[in-house]
Amino acid sequence: MNEKKPLSRILLLWVPLVLFLIFLLFPFYWTLVTSLKTDAELHSLTVRYWPTQPTLQAYEHLFGSYNFLHPMKNSLIVAAITTVVSLTVSTLAAYAFSRFRFAGRKPLMLLFLTNNMFPTVLLLIPLFTIMRQIKLLYTPWALVLSYTTFTIPFSVWLLNGYLNDLPISMEEAAMIDGADRATAFVKIVLPVLLPCLLATGVYIFMQSWNEYTFAVLFTNEANRTIPVSLKMLVGQLGVQWDLITAGGIITVIPVCIMFFFAQKRLVAGLTAGAVKG
Amino acid sequence: MQKTVRRKRRSGIWPYLLLAPAMIIMLSVVVVPIINAVGMSFQNYNLVKPNKMGWIGLGNYQKLLTNDPQFWKSLWRTVVWVFFGVGGQFLFGFMLALLLNKEFKGRGVIRAVSLIPWVTPGVLIALMWSWMFDGNYGVINDILLKLGIISDKIAFLAKKDSAMPSVIITIIWQGIPFFALMILAGLQGIPADLYEAAAIDGATGWQKLYYVTIPSLRNTIFVTTMLRVIWVANSVDVIFNMTGGGPAYATQTLSVYVYNKASALDMGYASAMALMLMLVLLLVAIPYLRANFRDQEG
Repeated sequence: MNEKKPLSRILLLWVPLVLFLIFLLFPFYWTLVTSLKTDAELHSLTVRYWPTQPTLQAYEHLFGSYNFLHPMKNSLIVAAITTVVSLTVSTLAAYAFSRFRFAGRKPLMLLFLTNNMFPTVLLLIPLFTIMRQIKLLYTPWALVLSYTTFTIPFSVWLLNGYLNDLPISMEEAAMIDGADRATAFVKIVLPVLLPCLLATGVYIFMQSWNEYTFAVLFTNEANRTIPVSLKMLVGQLGVQWDLITAGGIITVIPVCIMFFFAQKRLVAGLTAGAVKG
Repeated sequence: MQKTVRRKRRSGIWPYLLLAPAMIIMLSVVVVPIINAVGMSFQNYNLVKPNKMGWIGLGNYQKLLTNDPQFWKSLWRTVVWVFFGVGGQFLFGFMLALLLNKEFKGRGVIRAVSLIPWVTPGVLIALMWSWMFDGNYGVINDILLKLGIISDKIAFLAKKDSAMPSVIITIIWQGIPFFALMILAGLQGIPADLYEAAAIDGATGWQKLYYVTIPSLRNTIFVTTMLRVIWVANSVDVIFNMTGGGPAYATQTLSVYVYNKASALDMGYASAMALMLMLVLLLVAIPYLRANFRDQEG
């Protein structure tokens, strides 16, 4: 239908689409350009849309004197532990919700569903004092535990959706053949669920990698994560925009790569809940 | 409602065992802390003034309801922030979804690329946009000057009138992809014969949008909007890292106010305010919770 009207297709599809893409992607372009500019050009009053002498100085500085590898390592530790812990307990819980009917199922599911209602700032305050009391403050565990407040409910919800789409007959066949439930789960369900687990894991990882609100209060110099370190570059003596933007590019790249691999299944899982009904 | 037919089975102790690890963690990092917060909200609990700590009953609540104009102003700013923030995300997200629902070459790639703002850390978003909004070297000033829209540079984040619109633009940018994603999935679930029937009846494009698309998307729009309202109302990192709530409190939403109080270690008062924020969100979300409850019965 549209093929016959190329002009209207340009006006109604490509023009608005390109405008959208410019709006959504320009900030990243600008971040990249800024990170490649020399200091003089950065603070010149003529704004240039491409650096006259592109330089990697900011990146050298970032990994040299600023030691950005250190917060990267901290973020990696926190995100990896959070992912493993959340994924393990959420898979078990989601399996229980999806495959069993038991007393208390409904209120418990609702508890997980409504969890995201609690303001971060509400949990932040008591968690801070609790972590301080049990001496976990300023260790990676303070962040891991805080992040599970939102990663576990979310993963349970997501995985429950994925599991509901897997036919129960697969496990039943195995169990009729004499396998017990645990064996059926490990041998039959897990392999099929693996791509969904990876997608969920990517999402948990991204969330922990990106989190700032808890991180800034629960870390000190030794275990500061990337988002906190980026903010630290806004110093008393002015903002080091070249370092911030270079750090920003470094931060976004791994997340984007993971996201592109996982996005199809992740999006399917995310949208399934809202679309049905 | 539920697609898969599940069979009842004798469940015994298994489901409880499987749920135990998740429940234990949630109990200790969510339930206990919230009880803790309720307790703190009845106390003078300022870690900077340890010798003055103690129970004060409803003192914190009394103070914030009757004696703290910033509480009410922050609550109002939260309403403005959520209304325009989520409203803008919805409007542009809807438009983007309609575009991405069309068939064209490279759609998959464009769809994936347009989601990137959604996976970008909040701090980085705040810093990137602060830099673009900068009053001296900012690219937004440069573009607006070149287009002749403004004649002088504006310090967007430092002026009382422009700070709130600037942070709202930033949160809109961040949230467009999520809305687009959800609505796109909803669009793809609308049966094609509805549109064919409308076409036979001679409906125009706008009529199809109004009579077929929007009613079919009601549930998606409702759920997505609800999730975003809660999320945007609770979000701290974007505003905090762009303006810190300033200038002169112009961008201080309730969650940013709580965060500032908590950072100053005035935990009792901050808890009381956080609980009020939760109460407000709970009231807003009651229809959503009801719908979910119905769903779980299926």
